[in-house]
Amino acid sequence: MSAFDCVIVGGGIVGAALADVLSADGVSVALVEARSIGAGTTACGMGHLVAMDDNAAELALTSWSVSLWRELADGLPRTVEYDACGTLWLAADDEEMAAVSAKVANYRAAGVRVEVLDSAALYEAEPALAPGLVGALRVVDDAVLYPPLAARTFALRAQARGARLMTGCPVRELRPGSVVLSNGDVLTARHIVLAAGVASPSLCPGLPISPRKGHLLITRRGAPVVHHQLVELGYLKSAHGTDGASVAFNAQPRVTGQLLLGSSRQPGDATREVDAALLERMLKRAAMFLPGLDGLQALRVWTGLRPATPDGLPLLGPHPEKPWLWLACGHEGLGITTATGSARLVADQLLGRTSAIDARPYSPARFLTASSRETAHA
Amino acid sequence: MREACDLVVVGAGPGGLAAACRAAEAGLDVLVLDAQPEPGGQVWRGEARKGTNRLARRWLSRFSASGARFRPGARVVAAPEPGVLLVEEGSSSFAVRYGRAVLATGARERFLPFPGWTLPGVLGVSGLQVLVKDGLPMRGKRVVLAGTGPLLLAAAATIHAHGGEVLYIAEQASAASHWSFALQLWRHPAKLLQGALMSATLISVPTSTDAWVIAAEGEDRVESVRLSVRGREEQLQCDYLGAAYGLVPNLEVARLLGCETSAGAVVVNERLETRVPKVHAVGELLGIGGVDQALVTGELAGLVAAEQPIPIEMERTWHRVRAFAARLALHDAPRAELRRLATPDTLLCRCEDVPMSALEGCQNLREARLYARLGMGACQGRTCGTAAQTLFGWSGEDVRPPCLPARIGSLRLPSEVSSTHTRES
Repeated sequence: MSAFDCVIVGGGIVGAALADVLSADGVSVALVEARSIGAGTTACGMGHLVAMDDNAAELALTSWSVSLWRELADGLPRTVEYDACGTLWLAADDEEMAAVSAKVANYRAAGVRVEVLDSAALYEAEPALAPGLVGALRVVDDAVLYPPLAARTFALRAQARGARLMTGCPVRELRPGSVVLSNGDVLTARHIVLAAGVASPSLCPGLPISPRKGHLLITRRGAPVVHHQLVELGYLKSAHGTDGASVAFNAQPRVTGQLLLGSSRQPGDATREVDAALLERMLKRAAMFLPGLDGLQALRVWTGLRPATPDGLPLLGPHPEKPWLWLACGHEGLGITTATGSARLVADQLLGRTSAIDARPYSPARFLTASSRETAHA
Repeated sequence: MREACDLVVVGAGPGGLAAACRAAEAGLDVLVLDAQPEPGGQVWRGEARKGTNRLARRWLSRFSASGARFRPGARVVAAPEPGVLLVEEGSSSFAVRYGRAVLATGARERFLPFPGWTLPGVLGVSGLQVLVKDGLPMRGKRVVLAGTGPLLLAAAATIHAHGGEVLYIAEQASAASHWSFALQLWRHPAKLLQGALMSATLISVPTSTDAWVIAAEGEDRVESVRLSVRGREEQLQCDYLGAAYGLVPNLEVARLLGCETSAGAVVVNERLETRVPKVHAVGELLGIGGVDQALVTGELAGLVAAEQPIPIEMERTWHRVRAFAARLALHDAPRAELRRLATPDTLLCRCEDVPMSALEGCQNLREARLYARLGMGACQGRTCGTAAQTLFGWSGEDVRPPCLPARIGSLRLPSEVSSTHTRES
């Protein structure tokens, strides 16, 4: 039996970032991962670091997290491919352009640098775009990176400070004060943090997390086609529709010279197979924005499962019914972006510190009240 | 654009041709797809024009008379739903809706990294042979070959016939293994004859078992090769080095379709059906077995697809060639020393420039992909993934579409694909 101050279950980007933060504070940590660090949903995502303003809580967490990433950027290995390319939110019509002014106010109130591009400025910035777009909102400090190596960097930094990395170690059960591994070994801990993404409900039944499948495509290396992360403003409609599958145009330049293309959403689909019909919808949508798309060389198509909560915000904080269990899961498509902020929020709460932002909107208590738990067990 | 057929055959080597002939002769509408401009596959490359190999000539003319349709330059890139393949052909693409499929995608060489293996002038054994057949000038060129099994002699014979000087043939297998394999050839008269003919033309070429390349050296291209020959080191000046250690099946299309694989081969039943309904696998996909295995399994699968009776003699032939394939696998298995040749700065993945040292700390192929970009480039790990499996004992990753880099347009679904119209075989 091994004793730790904190055992983190799940070595995705969120668990790894938390191990990094806690170990820097002198906490003795074990990071337990069923497979490999950063190899699950972390490895499947686009790796965007984006400030999103769908609601105040999302904006507070994402903008803070993006600024934390920016502080970390100089210390990240080159292979993490951090690239502050910024995001362009594309307006397809006057209605979408009108919505931009409200977003500008939101972002500026949160201290996020933004600029509005008219049509001419947009085409100067991104000549490959299809004609007919009316403008864009540029979020200046948004960035992209390569998530598996970002997660691995966090984990190795924690390890260098004495944290124990345990990969290839599936967990069987969480108990008050201990984590039981599939091989029967038991790790004891004062605190246990569940950061297992889509797998979290299997270790803590009743968590309101369900898979939301997505497809991505990456091209071969070549001349960059785009220079910013490009997202259609219509993405927001896609991202927030909870019933039925949806697609939206999302493209990223990678420092490797590749183009990374998304996105699709299939609520409740936990399969890993490529859905050819949905991929077709996604590519058709993308080709509307990038007319030269069909001529680019595709290298790989893959899928990933986003851990989605009903309100789109993560679960960060103590489990209301299990004071020994902390949650850091349910990040849907923003786990890479908010890994830095999520790690700080959970670490601050564990250590009894005040955080830079209000942690209450992400509290698991908003779903997991005592009465609902009792009902679930009845 | 869409094609429909009773039977689609992927690959026009001996296995694919035999399957297509048998099925088309029985009345099926057969479509044969191959990435090359002519039928024949790697082993009968160029025979469609030259016609020097009698067996190839017989099958190629039978194929043209069979009624099967041939689409050259056609590469299968995706399998969007059961019964449909997406195929890229030059700068266009089409979908094939099929009743049954025979996968006959053959094999590629197994490369194992050693210092200098990425120098210009260093090629595979069969890779060099193909270039020579396609016109690479050999007159006055000095060539060293290193590898294993019958491919070495076949390549040497081709190089010799084109005026090249084969300085040395290094066979990695141990003498005991090699000669016990050779002594088994009496069970396979055709193999014995091939071997004897090739040996006769190459009688003057120094050959050794227990021999392999330690390193290739040179400034801008290979100038010399260091060999380990029965424990001694030898250095030879040369213009080309062909070095590869046997063959591995091209499993990508089979795995894309969801066929189960085991020990590096597609799992089939006695009707050569894979675990995916109506999909058959033949030839090298069943485990490396050469032309004889490809022909007999191709014929069998073609007959099964056409619901024809199987002659008992054909089943016997198959069992005989299986026995040969099993011995070949034992003989060709790379020896342990070959796994230790690469130094920390030797590249393992040349698409993404990944040296061996970059794999430090990686426990499996997925980690090597994610952390070091091994196999993330244009060849999608065909070369380095196979090498990593041999070097480290790692198992393969899932195949994801496209199974070859393809235009995004080739992954687009033609609107008819979603329609319900099908042709039943």
